[in-house]
Amino acid sequence: MAMAANEIEALIKAAIPDARVTVEDLAGDGDHYAATVVSETFRGIPRVKQHQIVYAALRGRMGGELHALALQTSAPES
Amino acid sequence: MANDVFERIQTEIDQAPVMLYMKGTALFPQCGFSARVVQILTHMGVPFKTANVLEDAELRDGIKSFSQWPTIPQLYVKGEFVGGCDIVTEMFQSGELETLMADKGIEHKTEA
Repeated sequence: MAMAANEIEALIKAAIPDARVTVEDLAGDGDHYAATVVSETFRGIPRVKQHQIVYAALRGRMGGELHALALQTSAPES
Repeated sequence: MANDVFERIQTEIDQAPVMLYMKGTALFPQCGFSARVVQILTHMGVPFKTANVLEDAELRDGIKSFSQWPTIPQLYVKGEFVGGCDIVTEMFQSGELETLMADKGIEHKTEA
């Protein structure tokens, strides 16, 4: 059921090529992660949309295989 | 079938100014993420209605496709999807949530 941190990072980068992604395994159980995603794609769009873009990149795994992914998204500081 | 549950959700979010889809109830949340959103809303003195997705499999799947959002909890204010636990927490900490409640005319305690 669990997913590896580098798998999460790879999926996000595949969908958002310019993304700077950091994934942290919070509990060491491969099931509770925190991810920070910084991409130019996010500039000027609402947070809900930003998170939806990341969830779309994870192609249905969020809420299934991935129980908990605390997500923080932002555009790079200019 | 999907249409029935979509209609139900639409009616709920139209009727309740602040509507929270969560696991468990406001008194007995059954997930830490749901509990945190309840805690924030309670702290802000915002009146809200909840629906327990654990009691209703159709709603649990329905709300995810309705919002195009894969996880629970989900917060709606005046029929508009605000976000899940991370977004609500971030907005609370930055003061944006209070601004949103004020803009939407929702009763809440103002921070001194």
